[in-house]
Amino acid sequence: MRNRVSLPVPALLRVLGVVLPLLVLAPLATDVHGQTSGTATPSSRVAPRDPSDYPVVVASKPFGESYLLCEMFAQLLEAHGIAVTRRPGLGATEVAFGALRRNDIDVYPEYTGTGLIAILHDSTADSLARDSRAVYDRVARTFTSRYGVRWLPPLGFQNTYAIAVRRSTAERYHLHTLSDLAREGAHLVAGFTPDFIGRSDGLPGLARVYGLHLRAVRPLAPAVKYAALADGAIDVADGYSTDGLLARYDLVTLVDDRHFFPPYEAAALISPRLARDRPDAVAVLALLSGRLDEARMRQLNQRLEVGGEDVRHVAADALSELGLTSAHGSSAPSLASDPHAPFWRYMWDRRATIGALTLRHLFLVLAGLGAAILVALPLGLALERAPNAAEPVVRMLGVIQTVPSIAMLAFMIPLFGIGTVPALVALWLYALYPIARNTYTAVRDADPGAVEAAEALGTTPMQRLLWVRLPLAAPVIMAGIRTAAVITVGAATLAAFIGAGGLGEPIVAGLALADTRMILSGALPAAALALVVDGLLALVERAVTPVAG
Amino acid sequence: MSDSQSSPRALAARDVAHRYDGVLALDRASISVGATRALALVGESGSGKTTLLRCFNRMVDPDSGTVEVGGIGARSQPVIALRRHIGYVPQDGGLLPHWRVLRNVALVPRLLQMDDPEAAAAQALRIVGLSVDTFGTRYPHELSGGQRQRVALARALAARPGVILLDEPFAALDAITRANVYEVFQDVRRELPMTMLLVTHDLAEAAHLADEIAVMRSGRVEQQGTMLDLHSAPATTYVAALIARAVATSAHLVAT
Repeated sequence: MRNRVSLPVPALLRVLGVVLPLLVLAPLATDVHGQTSGTATPSSRVAPRDPSDYPVVVASKPFGESYLLCEMFAQLLEAHGIAVTRRPGLGATEVAFGALRRNDIDVYPEYTGTGLIAILHDSTADSLARDSRAVYDRVARTFTSRYGVRWLPPLGFQNTYAIAVRRSTAERYHLHTLSDLAREGAHLVAGFTPDFIGRSDGLPGLARVYGLHLRAVRPLAPAVKYAALADGAIDVADGYSTDGLLARYDLVTLVDDRHFFPPYEAAALISPRLARDRPDAVAVLALLSGRLDEARMRQLNQRLEVGGEDVRHVAADALSELGLTSAHGSSAPSLASDPHAPFWRYMWDRRATIGALTLRHLFLVLAGLGAAILVALPLGLALERAPNAAEPVVRMLGVIQTVPSIAMLAFMIPLFGIGTVPALVALWLYALYPIARNTYTAVRDADPGAVEAAEALGTTPMQRLLWVRLPLAAPVIMAGIRTAAVITVGAATLAAFIGAGGLGEPIVAGLALADTRMILSGALPAAALALVVDGLLALVERAVTPVAG
Repeated sequence: MSDSQSSPRALAARDVAHRYDGVLALDRASISVGATRALALVGESGSGKTTLLRCFNRMVDPDSGTVEVGGIGARSQPVIALRRHIGYVPQDGGLLPHWRVLRNVALVPRLLQMDDPEAAAAQALRIVGLSVDTFGTRYPHELSGGQRQRVALARALAARPGVILLDEPFAALDAITRANVYEVFQDVRRELPMTMLLVTHDLAEAAHLADEIAVMRSGRVEQQGTMLDLHSAPATTYVAALIARAVATSAHLVAT
């Protein structure tokens, strides 16, 4: 009898694991059937039937695994006939979650520990640290009540922070655990992502729990971090346990022997509007719950981050291996990504994409710059007439200029969400200063002798402005516009962090995947674009320069 | 353009005082210039001569005292109209660097909506001895210093004003060019009857170009009169010393 009772327990758990999510989804699932009754296959849904039938916006944060999960969500939805819009590589947690709350995006992969600490700032984290179920329950409950945001049941794997060292370092200092690291910290230099340095579940927490004090801590971008570690420029780096890059560089991860890091179970995070109006999409996304284990994830991440395979290709393979899509049903165009192909070949293969991204980039630059000219030029002229207001206003615009681009974009999210509008507002703000300042000073300082003579001979202030001061100021104003244009081309690459597209997309993705060629496929056209825009404006500048004096 | 404005008008300043940011620039200065007469304001840098000159086209509105143009208080005249009927030549010429010569010279005729501004400009260029064909299409930076000052003079004359103000117009020229421009200037005076006020720090230039001289010092007019008056009956020791120095210089020049 005991045997007969004990045997079903694991099976029961397995059943519960499937049934519980279904119970959660039950009311929604009913709706799905109600809506789609009579349809032979889900994929035959084509025409929108009601106003809530919008394309589902699928997003990710800017690192490899997040890109991959985002692409899997997108392809899975597409396989079920649901239209999607992809917004991969959004800034960081604040940007992605900020956008989700506002329904600017509908789903992105998040981790329970991140939700608990970086979003909820939950101070009870320590007591929960070992219990992944408790963490999931807490974030699921709190996110629903506080934000109307839903956590789908976990995907099935954890991706916790991993502290990595070179194999040689581990051997030399006998490092196996984080306690060992704390013992030897005075000899070691760390390179951590800025995120990790600031988060309470990052370095500050490690310092508190392990008494970890390193010789030096350098903030480094993920892509640079691993290369720097492999080259010996740093000795310690933070990573993710499922990171493909850990294998690429033959690194050793240290054991979290005091269980400091909370559980980081990956799950799909669902926007309030999707949870409300799109049970069809939610049900499809839930198909992935419980299907991805750590071994599979590590293998997929390696294909992406070490093998340099295209994310669409890896995602399509993963879905078909899981039996979630038919092997040939994948819509992913397989971009032959031979890592040994020459660089020009790589660029040539992507010419259509690069061309489209360049046009998109150009649009962002021209729209942001154009709007800035429309405002900054009259503003500069007005300031010249109101000298008391001029310096404070110009200084304020200068202060805006000093706001880091990423911070600026993050500020835009609560106001404008993500996408084109906040990106344009940010670019516009950056372009104001050089144009307004140059207009103001150039008009103010235009050939005083000529202006004075024109005044003494009986010109009106407006005549002096139009006939004398503006024409004389034109070259300096154009120089301001050129400066603004080059700044805008550069700043627009960061628009990718808030889903506005442009040449920043391959740069952000390339940085996340430590893929130099991908970075260059965005950076080189961006540099060329800056040169071309500056060159064209130089011609305009020459044309408006009154006489070659 | 009314006749009263284009015909030579008398200029007068009485007890004019003015401060810039608390610094006294004019200290009860008085001068008078009869219609068609030419007066030179002579003095050191900072003596207030330019400030006094600028009171007549209201580039400066003094704190106190009266300034009259054509017997009427300058302040009671609309400033734009007043300026359009007073010629003005600053020291650096003040030409608009992005306008060709003909357009520069046609500025005031154009402001006054005269029938053919360019014809007026062409005539003014002829009066100062510059060929329209050669110089009309040049930019100011394509001219020599002397040519530039002649163009500035032409611009001041183009609308045939009854009054012309010259603020050290020849100071930056070399001696030979200056002698040339003096000749041009005297031709102009013969051809166009005007009341003229000239600022200069050069007593010889003043004696050469003006009918009378007003010696200024520390914002005051020490004495106004002909060169002979100043020489024979200097009102102050400053005037006496100034004249003595000038005479010594010219005697030295004659002797060598």
